[in-house]
Amino acid sequence: MSDRFSLGRLWAMVTKEFVQMRRDRMTFAMMVGIPLIQLGLFGFAINSDPRALPTAVLDADRGPFGRAVVAAMQASSYVRVTGLVDSEAEADQLLAEGKVQFVVNIPPGFSHRVARGERPPLLVEADATDPAATSGAIGTLNVLAASALDRDLTGPLARLKPSPPPFELRIHRRYNQEANTQYNVVPGLMGVVLTMTMVIMTALAVTRERERGTMETLLVMPLRPLEVMLGKIAPYVVVGYIQVAVILLAAKLVFRVPVVGSLGLLTVASVVFIAANLAVGFTFSTVARNQLQAMQMSFFYFLPSILLSGFMFPYRGMPAWAQAVGEILPLTHFLRVVRGIMLKGNGPGEIAGEVGALFLILLIVSVVAVRRYRRTLD
Amino acid sequence: MSPAAAIEVEGLSKSFAGRVAVDSLSLAVPAGRILGFLGPNGSGKTTTIRMLCGLLTPDRGRGTCLGLDILTQAHAIKRQVGYMTQKFSYYEDLSIVENLDFVARVYGLPERKRKVAAALERLGLTDRRRQLAGQLSGGWKQRLALAACILHEPRLLLLDEPTAGVDPKARREFWEEIHRLAADGLTVLVSTHYMDEAERCHAIAYIAYGKLLAQGSVSEVVAEAGLSTFTATPAAPEADMAALARRLSGLPGIELVAPFGSALHVGGADRDRLLASLAPFRGDAAFAWREDAPTLEDVFIHLMGRSRDNFAGAAPP
Repeated sequence: MSDRFSLGRLWAMVTKEFVQMRRDRMTFAMMVGIPLIQLGLFGFAINSDPRALPTAVLDADRGPFGRAVVAAMQASSYVRVTGLVDSEAEADQLLAEGKVQFVVNIPPGFSHRVARGERPPLLVEADATDPAATSGAIGTLNVLAASALDRDLTGPLARLKPSPPPFELRIHRRYNQEANTQYNVVPGLMGVVLTMTMVIMTALAVTRERERGTMETLLVMPLRPLEVMLGKIAPYVVVGYIQVAVILLAAKLVFRVPVVGSLGLLTVASVVFIAANLAVGFTFSTVARNQLQAMQMSFFYFLPSILLSGFMFPYRGMPAWAQAVGEILPLTHFLRVVRGIMLKGNGPGEIAGEVGALFLILLIVSVVAVRRYRRTLD
Repeated sequence: MSPAAAIEVEGLSKSFAGRVAVDSLSLAVPAGRILGFLGPNGSGKTTTIRMLCGLLTPDRGRGTCLGLDILTQAHAIKRQVGYMTQKFSYYEDLSIVENLDFVARVYGLPERKRKVAAALERLGLTDRRRQLAGQLSGGWKQRLALAACILHEPRLLLLDEPTAGVDPKARREFWEEIHRLAADGLTVLVSTHYMDEAERCHAIAYIAYGKLLAQGSVSEVVAEAGLSTFTATPAAPEADMAALARRLSGLPGIELVAPFGSALHVGGADRDRLLASLAPFRGDAAFAWREDAPTLEDVFIHLMGRSRDNFAGAAPP
């Protein structure tokens, strides 16, 4: 029967899409440009564990222990002492203007009181408007204050060494020992770039046919909805793989992200994710009346994908409802897959659940898309 | 007349958001004929054509296209029908040959290369085959569209205002091609606004405001309308044709008053009342009167004037 799915007709759509893609220079540039630009922006510019934060020191003590504390802070890469101030007013001014992130306030007589065993306070004022920027540094300063004076408290002063706490707190960072943000961001970026380009490309695919009037030709020919959909999607799977290759190369050569797991496995898992995003875009294009609406819908989809998937903010930090929204987004599952394979060296067993979720999303969205695609102009 | 009907529909109706676009239209087109589909803008021609090729589902009515049910066998109809849309609807960013290749692949044509080459040759597109469709002028786009919709050797061609915006020479060549195709056995339904094109058809159907008002050969349609027409020409230097036109219009029995150069064309369906109204003017020595045969255009203007405008109430102010 002629009404069955036909590979020949699918191939007709695929070749047509490829030729059109080749002619559309702007779109082509976007496909390669977007991953590179995003990598540059996110990979180099975003760092959730910033170091060398500008710090002012108000040293009213001018004693040996005060200087030792400041020297220890400077030795940690978190703090960069940018200047000494003479008054609290001056320190407040610098904080208010945002010129420094921290002010270390060493009270008068600090060294004397340390020597007398009075455990004097040492005040660190932090500009906490962006908690993410300071949390790492504050954590370090706490540890640092306890050990900064170890070397100086010798001889008769040795008794002042803090007594050992009843338990030893040892923080051991696994998978990303240096807490290198790029190791987390760059693999995640692969998912973000694919989400953005794949959804937009296919969201425009059907609306473009409608706007240019070519939809009437497509509809009057014996093409089935599934043939149109697969024909529109298949060329972009290739584009998606080009993007994956660009990002993986940059991850390895530029950002030196270690790839612990199997690249082959990642390639297989990526195709499910790419197809799911393309199906989402195709669904948008069956709903949108014009290309502008299709773009708006893509952005409406893109925002929660970035915010709720665990790419930008920790997934576990979100309330239950937000996590539930995150679960239905393909990016959430792909982030777990890609970070799992690249950083933890996960095998097929560990990622099967997430890939299964991607498959389920792909299936549901495809059914919706094919049903939404109308075969008449009614 | 060939006994087999290529199109046979009864009582087709279609509304869009409460507005009747096509109102119980019945149409029969014998195989191998060229039917001209005429009517003013917005009269439902495009809607009818789209219902015939399965692009729109009729609200009511039934019928067959090439012996296949238009309601249940739309997919099979699509394989045997060539539909040329009013607006160019092939890919402007593909070349002529790429467009034809795409169509040939979709229809799964055997010997694709040979058929595409033959279609290019037939419509004189061979030299331009590598040009992008978007860079072609109206006449060449129209040829490409025709080449694409006959590529799969359909038995029925539905052409929706194919010659709109095309120069007279290209129009003439286009019609020669249509007649060649009909001679090969194709049935053609072509909508148009041009009277000269209507007269090139074997039969015409006139539709206004969604209703079929007349159907038959040109001479049948003209005869059925029963119009009487007269032409007045100036016979004296003081003859004021414009004043004559003003005085005639609105008189009982006078349905059309149209100037043609310095002559004035007057007509109506009720011969007695027309003659009674004209009598005083025919005695005026300033004008020379003669009775002539009504034209197709006279008939259409007469038909349009009589049909009730069912859109008028819903029209925006």
